[in-house]
Amino acid sequence: MSTQTGPAAPQAQAPDLLYSEAEEDLRSAVRALLAARADAPTVIAATESDTPYDQQLWESLAGGIGAAGLLVPEEFGGQGASHREAAVVLEELGRSVAPAPYLTSAVVATEVLLALDVREGPAAGLLADLAAGRRTAVLALPFATPAADATAALTGTLERTVTGVADAAAADVLLVPTAEGLYAVESAGPGVTVEPLVPLDLTRPLATVTLGGASGALLAESGPAATAVARGLLTGAGLLASEQLGLAEWCLTETVRHTRERHQFNRPVGSFQSLKHRMAQLWLEVVSARAAARNAADALATGSPDAPLAVAVAQAYCSKVAVHAAEECVQLHGGIGMTWEHPAHLYLKRAKADSLAYGSAGRHREAVAALVELPAP
Amino acid sequence: MSATTDAADVRRRTRELLAAHPPATTGRTAFLRARFDAGLAWVHYPVGLGGLDAPRSLQVVVDTELAAAQAPDNDPRRIGIGLGMAAPTVLGYGTDEQKQRFLRPLWVGEEVWCQLFSEPGAGSDLAALGTRAVRDGDDWVVDGQKVWTSSAHLARWAILIARTDPDVPKHRGISYFICDMTDPGVEVRPLRQITGEAEFNEVFLTGVRIPDSRRLGPVGEGWKVARTTLMNERVSIGGARIPREGGMIGTVARTWRERPALRTHDLHQRLLTLWVEAEVARLTGERLRQQLVAGQPGPEGSGMKLAFARLNQEISGLEVELLGDEGLLYSDWTMRRPETVDFTGRDAGYRYLRSKGNSIEGGTSEILLNIVAERVLGLPAEPRNDKDVAWKDLAR
Repeated sequence: MSTQTGPAAPQAQAPDLLYSEAEEDLRSAVRALLAARADAPTVIAATESDTPYDQQLWESLAGGIGAAGLLVPEEFGGQGASHREAAVVLEELGRSVAPAPYLTSAVVATEVLLALDVREGPAAGLLADLAAGRRTAVLALPFATPAADATAALTGTLERTVTGVADAAAADVLLVPTAEGLYAVESAGPGVTVEPLVPLDLTRPLATVTLGGASGALLAESGPAATAVARGLLTGAGLLASEQLGLAEWCLTETVRHTRERHQFNRPVGSFQSLKHRMAQLWLEVVSARAAARNAADALATGSPDAPLAVAVAQAYCSKVAVHAAEECVQLHGGIGMTWEHPAHLYLKRAKADSLAYGSAGRHREAVAALVELPAP
Repeated sequence: MSATTDAADVRRRTRELLAAHPPATTGRTAFLRARFDAGLAWVHYPVGLGGLDAPRSLQVVVDTELAAAQAPDNDPRRIGIGLGMAAPTVLGYGTDEQKQRFLRPLWVGEEVWCQLFSEPGAGSDLAALGTRAVRDGDDWVVDGQKVWTSSAHLARWAILIARTDPDVPKHRGISYFICDMTDPGVEVRPLRQITGEAEFNEVFLTGVRIPDSRRLGPVGEGWKVARTTLMNERVSIGGARIPREGGMIGTVARTWRERPALRTHDLHQRLLTLWVEAEVARLTGERLRQQLVAGQPGPEGSGMKLAFARLNQEISGLEVELLGDEGLLYSDWTMRRPETVDFTGRDAGYRYLRSKGNSIEGGTSEILLNIVAERVLGLPAEPRNDKDVAWKDLAR
């Protein structure tokens, strides 16, 4: 085996790891919207209601700001932007943990459709609807499915039950992989039931989808469908890293703020070295996560051959950072961090659920092992 | 000049240098002097001091052209302390005479520099240092002991901080000097390390006379000057560009690929975790460089040294285990004095032991975490009992 190929080969083009001015403008718009419509008490109340999703928020985010169409070329009704911009939207959604089917519909389902021939047929119409934020769609697979399992996911028929589908309750359309190919099934159509589950992360509802006598439009045969599903799941994993980054940043910022204000032993608890070192370590992890997440977003945006590795590295790293940040946030808030009233628990639950989404850190390390030729014994 | 200096201009100047002083027929020192005089040594330095007042990002244009022409370089590993610490301090605080006298031979490598900062009683609390400098006419007379001085046995000059006023709190009574290492009062002794060799020295200063003209910055403001030096040290330790699988992870990865018999499941999981962390650290460094080039320097540099210290230690520790029976052996415990600092060379056992210094030298990881917490995150300082006490009254 050569050691000069693959991992050690020089990268064709250095990735752009910074944020552009346009990306910062987009961030400001999304952040302002989320601050206005999805502050922590609102999100906590929404997760306890029958309608966790805020329809008006979604319309403003998806249609008003145009975030739902960022990945879609203008000729198909989108904004003609890229994964870099979608990643910035996800950073802000991670910072807010507002329930919104952005990652599942505007990123994963949209990317699946983009990988198909969308010049005509049912996929074209659905893509334009998703891009405009008029409708939403989710891939009918368990949320933990990694890209490596895409081919195995194309199995069975339209008579089936799929558990743990994220945002299925919010979706107008289900993209259903079968042995025959990929189907688009109207979720309100006959023979379709979407039964909510009790999720660990209340801000991203899960459901069991049962299909019995449902009908759908065949979007692609099994060959191209497997490629498209894999691309959707890879993109979901890559941009999830940006959501994890935003989440971790919120946790660090709030923890620093709290420990500066909270006094015990006649001094701010943030002046104790044992706490300071933990927060400094977290800061280092967050700036590292930013580099990893930006690298994945840029690789996806430029169609780099490095994208699978960039995504696997970002997920293997950012998953752990988000969970660590949320766990430290709870601990360093002391008693208040264990309450339902304080939002820290929303971030802990989201971080832990995110660490399983689209493949655990361990699955992504296995992907790294294959991509850089470091095989298991 | 910076308004008109662009990449094309720098490239043209570099090609003119190569035409006037062809590396094939020009001596090494003569070429390096000519390069300095052409302003192509460090383009962000001022005109007349080896630079062009140009953006730092244009240096890569010079380096690329010169590398392609196989021109000699100034062997930066040999003169790292001069380039990374002494030079920015001389530039920032030196008089015109000092800049003219010291910068050219420093950059060319004709004069090696070392750093006389740490003392046996002043490590992390460097400002508590006790080496005394007493005014005597136009000179200062220096007495004390310094430690952890790399290159002291090779150096012509040292940057030195010493106490000029013991009656004020410690940060206020320090002054900064340039010390002549050939002075008869300077005695250099090797300091043997856990690796078996002596990369560093102890330096004993006995009645060393330093002319006042070799003071850097005002009397009593040496601590402020030293902070310039130390910030540059951290940048130079953490700021090197690394390709994927550069550094120690590449060595372990090669061993893993070439020797399947050594592989175990436990080592595999740990190797992959470290591979990912090394790759992310590389990307973080790359992002920092892109910020610098874009003129948006971020505080990330403070963290890079922390990350690389831990990674070097964990990766080299893993490598010793991976090697199995061979990991029980060590190349050579003979006391030697290496010419250059070697963080990554030699065998796994050496790397494991040498990397233990990475979290101590240039600011311990514990101190760096304090700096990040207080200066980057804005967390409050620990209560202190040393700030308003005269140095002579501190516990020691």
